[in-house]
Amino acid sequence: MKRRGWVVATGAALGFAMLYVPIVIMMIYSFNASKLASVWGGWSARWYGELMANDQVLEAAWISVKVGVMAATVGTVFGTMIAYALSRFGRFRGRLLLAGMATAPIVMPEVVTGLSLLLLFIIMETNFGWPAGRGVDTIVIAHATFCMAFVAVIVQARMADMDESVEEAAMDLGARQPWVFFDVTLPALAPALVSGWLLSFTLSFDDLVIASFVSGPGASTLPMVVFSKVRLGVSPEINALATLMIVAVAAILAATMLRGGVRLSARRAPPPDQL
Amino acid sequence: MSQTAAAPAAAAAGRDRADGRPFIRISGVTKTFSGFVAVNDLTLEVREGEIFCLLGGSGSGKSTLLRMLAGFETPDRGRIEIDGQDMTGVPPWARPVNMMFQSYALFPHMSVARNVEYGLRQDGVPRAERAERVARMLELVKLTPFADRRPAQLSGGQRQRVALARALVKRPKALLLDEPLSALDKKLREETQFELLDIQEKLGTTFIVVTHDQEEAMTLGDRIGVMDAGELIQVDAPRDLYEYPRNRFIAEFVGSVNIFEGRVVEDEADHVLLGDTDLGAEIFIHHGLSCQMGQTLWVAVRPEKMRLTAARPDDARNAAQGVIEDIAYLGGLTHYRVRLDGGKTVRVTRANVERRHADGLTWNDRAWISWPPEAGVALTS
Repeated sequence: MKRRGWVVATGAALGFAMLYVPIVIMMIYSFNASKLASVWGGWSARWYGELMANDQVLEAAWISVKVGVMAATVGTVFGTMIAYALSRFGRFRGRLLLAGMATAPIVMPEVVTGLSLLLLFIIMETNFGWPAGRGVDTIVIAHATFCMAFVAVIVQARMADMDESVEEAAMDLGARQPWVFFDVTLPALAPALVSGWLLSFTLSFDDLVIASFVSGPGASTLPMVVFSKVRLGVSPEINALATLMIVAVAAILAATMLRGGVRLSARRAPPPDQL
Repeated sequence: MSQTAAAPAAAAAGRDRADGRPFIRISGVTKTFSGFVAVNDLTLEVREGEIFCLLGGSGSGKSTLLRMLAGFETPDRGRIEIDGQDMTGVPPWARPVNMMFQSYALFPHMSVARNVEYGLRQDGVPRAERAERVARMLELVKLTPFADRRPAQLSGGQRQRVALARALVKRPKALLLDEPLSALDKKLREETQFELLDIQEKLGTTFIVVTHDQEEAMTLGDRIGVMDAGELIQVDAPRDLYEYPRNRFIAEFVGSVNIFEGRVVEDEADHVLLGDTDLGAEIFIHHGLSCQMGQTLWVAVRPEKMRLTAARPDDARNAAQGVIEDIAYLGGLTHYRVRLDGGKTVRVTRANVERRHADGLTWNDRAWISWPPEAGVALTS
């Protein structure tokens, strides 16, 4: 028993080291005074200063945040609608088709999604004059498509183990739709909506491939800027940027865990014996 | 208050409300779920102010019937009337009945008081009246100190009372209770049964209770309707159901019973005699029956109405000898299992009225079982 514990501990340590040592090294090197990314030249916060002065990076970060918020919000609204239809409307015609199509963007190669959306936007522009050019709005639409799929999956899982009689109780007490949804269903789904939104935001913030296809001049997201910079050689500025992003993500994660953890553990009543 | 004005009168009538007028009328209702007949051409009248229990196993259609009353399922055929009002096409939120769900279905994100208040809010009851009615209802179910708690912070029994208060606060014409006590442990269940009766008596609301627990049905119900495979087999007061079961299904479903089979060998105006029985002796039925010679009949005898004696009983009717195979001493009662010489096992229950039985019957003793003719019920099906 004892030996096995030792093996497990070593394995875990190695695994986590693989994951986190590079990140720690990167964070340390973001304080490197040297201009060369691979040579240590003493401590300095110089690159953070330069990063703050770099309008291109700051603007890209702002665009990424904007795109992320909008795509996650649109995706959450539509994803929740899909999940609701799939789990509450019973067996309707085309249910299987909807279920398949809703989740397809998850497994679709990004290149395919990006290219097909690009083609769609071009055709629409030539035929209807909208969207005029490509920029933030086209990226938001593109990102919302896959955000929607992820949210639909998360919310549907939550709805599946939600006690449906709670909604019936609201109806029985005199509420009709959509109030049943807003009074009872939505609060019960809140944890799933929050995690769906956060996942969507992260995926959107992270996306390089699809954004590269559907963005236009003047609308470069942060990953696009980072990627183009890295191709010219890794600058310590990028290390600083990445460190800031990690700190931000860790802070958001900690906040949601502290707030949501208690509520998620609330006990549920056993399911009713139907029929 | 206008609706509850009649309540004291109903409550004054106490447990005996046999004279109540038909209040809920279910006529010829059928419900099919993709080929499976859940409720089959069912007709039933529930009287005002009574507690009516629908008793049946799982899949008997009792819950479906309750859900049709609440409006969650639509009957394929037939019609449901509540207080003279046709419920066809009336959605759940517009029906004058409320339901208490098996899972309680409390709103987890609302406090106890908000849960109870929810129905009044939907009806647009003014704030002051809402607060007053909620406070009174919480007092009735003894939950006033817990008004600000969330359901997750309550015990099972307290949650059950929140569900009850929430369903009653709208003063429904009938309260539908789906397995109201099934989620409680045995001791709490017994207490809660009497609390439910108490509350029902105070308010005089008609209760329709769905349960699979026959003891629960017997304690709560003024009348019990036993359901099987979507049909009502018998509707009667608890005592009549137990003492005068209509057929073998009812006899076996409600309480425990010994059923003996035999064929009619003597059919007189004042008695019937069964021969070729699995008792191993002739069975005497002390009243006339419309039957034919040779027809198979059954006689049901409750274990507590059987006699167990060491010697052959004097009247020597409906008696057979066997070996005591098992004894379960429960304090107040003792259950015996006797294997008759013919092979059939018979259950006998004796009340332990004395500290020890004078006959001292014990395991593997030979003994006689018998019953007086009036203890048995003759069944034709």
